[in-house]
Amino acid sequence: MEELIKIEVIDPAMESHTLELPTDMGLSLMECLKAGGFDIMATCGGMALCATCHVEILEGLDQLPDPQESELDMLDTLPLLLEGSRLSCQLRITEKMNGLKVRILS
Amino acid sequence: MIETDICIVGAGPVGLFAIFEAGLLKLRCHLVDVLPQIGGQLSEIYPKKPIYDIPGYPMVMAQELVDNLAKQAEPFHPSYTLGERIESFQKKDDGSFKLTTSEGTIIHAKVVAIAAGLGCFEPRKPEIPGLEDFEKKGVQYFVKEPSLYIGKKVIISGGGDSALDWAIHLESLGAEVSLVHRSSSFRGAPDSVEKVMDLAKNQQIELFLNSQVTQLKGEKWLDSLILTDADKNEKELKVDYFIPLFGLSPKLGPIEHWSLNLDKNAIVVNTKDFETDIPGIFAIGDINTYPGKLKLILCGFHEAALMAHGAFKYIFPEKRINLKYTTVNGIEAF
Repeated sequence: MEELIKIEVIDPAMESHTLELPTDMGLSLMECLKAGGFDIMATCGGMALCATCHVEILEGLDQLPDPQESELDMLDTLPLLLEGSRLSCQLRITEKMNGLKVRILS
Repeated sequence: MIETDICIVGAGPVGLFAIFEAGLLKLRCHLVDVLPQIGGQLSEIYPKKPIYDIPGYPMVMAQELVDNLAKQAEPFHPSYTLGERIESFQKKDDGSFKLTTSEGTIIHAKVVAIAAGLGCFEPRKPEIPGLEDFEKKGVQYFVKEPSLYIGKKVIISGGGDSALDWAIHLESLGAEVSLVHRSSSFRGAPDSVEKVMDLAKNQQIELFLNSQVTQLKGEKWLDSLILTDADKNEKELKVDYFIPLFGLSPKLGPIEHWSLNLDKNAIVVNTKDFETDIPGIFAIGDINTYPGKLKLILCGFHEAALMAHGAFKYIFPEKRINLKYTTVNGIEAF
């Protein structure tokens, strides 16, 4: 049985969308955002090498696993770093992410 | 003016392989890329990453694939314009194209093949009011001519390897270097971090940690800038050049204004020969889209082969193509 979670996504135009995401497919948040039709580049395809899938976690940051070194390295190169900054390609969808609120940074 | 059969916009893996496929039809290629080296995102973003889905290679490092593609293309004598971006094109009455780069280089090509991946890599710009007004007036995103900075007050902003490396290099040339970084430590290569810390200790470069550039001042040329630290204290510094180094990010760039049919930042093509809605302009690799499109290098290779045949028919509508195999006479026969 597929387990679904709900997250809220704020797009660059500040509009809110609710996404239902499966937790049993090994998808990253970046892949889900792309599949959901959001304008997110993810140039490097999910290797934490380009930071074009940069998102701000507005709610639920403490539900997420800590970033790995490679993610921190890449985040550190960004001109704009926010308290909730994460690379969505490094966040694998799990049940703990239910209720997450994410803003896509253009 | 550069004369060529096919002007390939973008020197990534697909653009490089297009040289080979065009070469088999005796068409010569000139490639233009905004980056200073060939290889596109493979060389720029992930040169040391292994790739597992190139047919015939169980595993190949991204840079090795680029090197091999360049070697494979070499018998067909490609030429390159690197570090420049195609800004505009003009279609002539005879169906050929005149392309102009950002540096004013003019290329005359019978056919254009856009193999620009996700677009051209442009510097990530920090959000500082009026930043763009000072571009070419003290604000630079690349170090092209290091000698320019000798004896000048240079402020570099950023915490990555390029910020560290340029701070070290420009100081060694005799620039008066300050380095501004948002956090309290650097995550770059340990050697470079150590070197910068030593230089700062010896007062050879000035280090501003936990600080960001928040304001630029000047009349015609950048004159000073304001640093704001974590406690919101401000400090004004005199400056000749401000170089923010926050890496590169791809943008579609001028292609957006070429009146090509676009769908979500990708160029719509047919699947017969990957021609766009402008006859004579083709688009291959990650930059194009069509029903069933997969953004894979191997699909780009396939598209390059069909594009070359389409280009041949565009240039020589009367001639027939006999498909020849490289196994018969080697590539010398082409």
